[in-house]
Amino acid sequence: MTRSRFFSRFYLGFIFLFLYLPLLILIVYSFNKSKYGTGWTGWTLHWYRSLWDNTLLLDAAVNSLIVAGISSVAATAIGTLAAVAFYRYRFIGRKVLYSLVYVVMMSPDIVMGISLLIFFILVGLPIGFRTLLLSHITFCLPFVVVTVYARISGFDPRVIEAARDLGAGEFQTFRYILLPLLMPAVISGWLLSFTLSLDDVIVSFFVTGPSFEILPLKIYSMVRLGVKPEVNALSTVLFGFTLIMVTLSQLLVKEKKR
Amino acid sequence: MRDKSLFRRLVIGVVFFWITVFVFFPNLLVVITSFLKRNPVRFVEASFTLESYRSLFEPVFFQIFIQSFKNALVATLVCLVISYPFAYLLCRIRPSVRRYLLVLVIIPFWTSSLIRTYALVILLKGNGILNTLLVAVGVIHQPLQILYNEGAVFCGLVYTLLPFMILPLYAAIEKLDPQLVEAAYDLGAGRLQVFARVILPLTLPGIIAGCILVFLPALGLFYIPDLLGGAKLMLLGNFIRDQFLTARNWPFGAAASVILTAVMGIMLFAYYRSLKRFNGSVME
Repeated sequence: MTRSRFFSRFYLGFIFLFLYLPLLILIVYSFNKSKYGTGWTGWTLHWYRSLWDNTLLLDAAVNSLIVAGISSVAATAIGTLAAVAFYRYRFIGRKVLYSLVYVVMMSPDIVMGISLLIFFILVGLPIGFRTLLLSHITFCLPFVVVTVYARISGFDPRVIEAARDLGAGEFQTFRYILLPLLMPAVISGWLLSFTLSLDDVIVSFFVTGPSFEILPLKIYSMVRLGVKPEVNALSTVLFGFTLIMVTLSQLLVKEKKR
Repeated sequence: MRDKSLFRRLVIGVVFFWITVFVFFPNLLVVITSFLKRNPVRFVEASFTLESYRSLFEPVFFQIFIQSFKNALVATLVCLVISYPFAYLLCRIRPSVRRYLLVLVIIPFWTSSLIRTYALVILLKGNGILNTLLVAVGVIHQPLQILYNEGAVFCGLVYTLLPFMILPLYAAIEKLDPQLVEAAYDLGAGRLQVFARVILPLTLPGIIAGCILVFLPALGLFYIPDLLGGAKLMLLGNFIRDQFLTARNWPFGAAASVILTAVMGIMLFAYYRSLKRFNGSVME
């Protein structure tokens, strides 16, 4: 018994080490004085300062935050309504649409990237901010729908019936009954959308151009040329950001279970 | 039956509009493009041809696809073999501790794959930590060339995609009713039999979901070979990207993408079937 427990701990620990070791090294190296990252030459915040002074990167970061901000809010709004529609209403094509939501979630980013590229070129929308925004809303949408739908399915349907019996209209039922109850899932979906949008490389690669540069694509072009201490610092900042988002989302889940 | 309210019509309309315009229509365009003739100036020409699909079978390209598929398949299997015992053991940890360990799995799931791939570059590069450590310990005498070969790309795929296998497996194994396992033992099944005939079939939806989430990106994540493989290995994703951006042969790239979508369709069908077998329906 104790031997199998030891093995279990060892195996779990080993896989966690495998998952985290590269990230830990990345974080430690972002504070390394050495420019070429060969040996350890002491602590410094120099790379973070030079990051702050790099206006091109800062502009790209601001662009990324704008796109992530708008697209996550839009995806959350549309996604929440979609989940409610799938749950409450019976309409033609409901099952097909719901399946399509799953297909979008599973479909490889590259397929989505080129399909949207062809679409935007066909309709004559110039590649840039607007195309990027529409694409990000589209790939965030299914994650919100699935998160909210999962919560809505756990509801007691009598709550909605009671609201309807007391004379609430469809909108009132949504606004005063469903939305407050759904809030944790809605926020959780929003956090995930924001993170997904901020991190996306592959879809953005096809649907934005030099007129509107965003952070992940900037990082991509930088890391193709090799290891740079500024990139270590930037990656550490983004990883820290992800940690905050995950923590917030976990706190919401805990709230939900209570 | 009440009258159809404005809200109801609006909600269904918005959902219908978005999915039709930004999902259904663009994908339809990819399929159409794959059957058109190439035009260097206007990307495509409006005449039907199967040329792109024929070109997929030319040895030069076919080789790339086979290589990429083999690579993705092995990466998926390796992820599965690593993750299944991991998820299983995780489920047996007491809940108060497990909650935090689960967060440790979710964090890499949410972290940008590009950043995680880059972190791997730092670890593996010629003068990086791993080489320095191995030389210092005396295992090797001079730094190994770990990066820029097929092994590094493979390693990158497994590292990046592992959390995408662990989470669906965990979800499936956690839902497993321990009483079913006990019943099997009581009825005289051996350990292997219990695993093969009770645990494995019941967690099949999780296995298939994990395989989809690993296999498809393992074909498409073009930055992993860019960062870790030099130009040694090409994924299907690199090929599609190059057809669209460098070679400017859209129908050819679209045809390769249709193949990728077809693979996804088959896998999703398998998932749907496995789910239906135990749970009745996907939606309810």
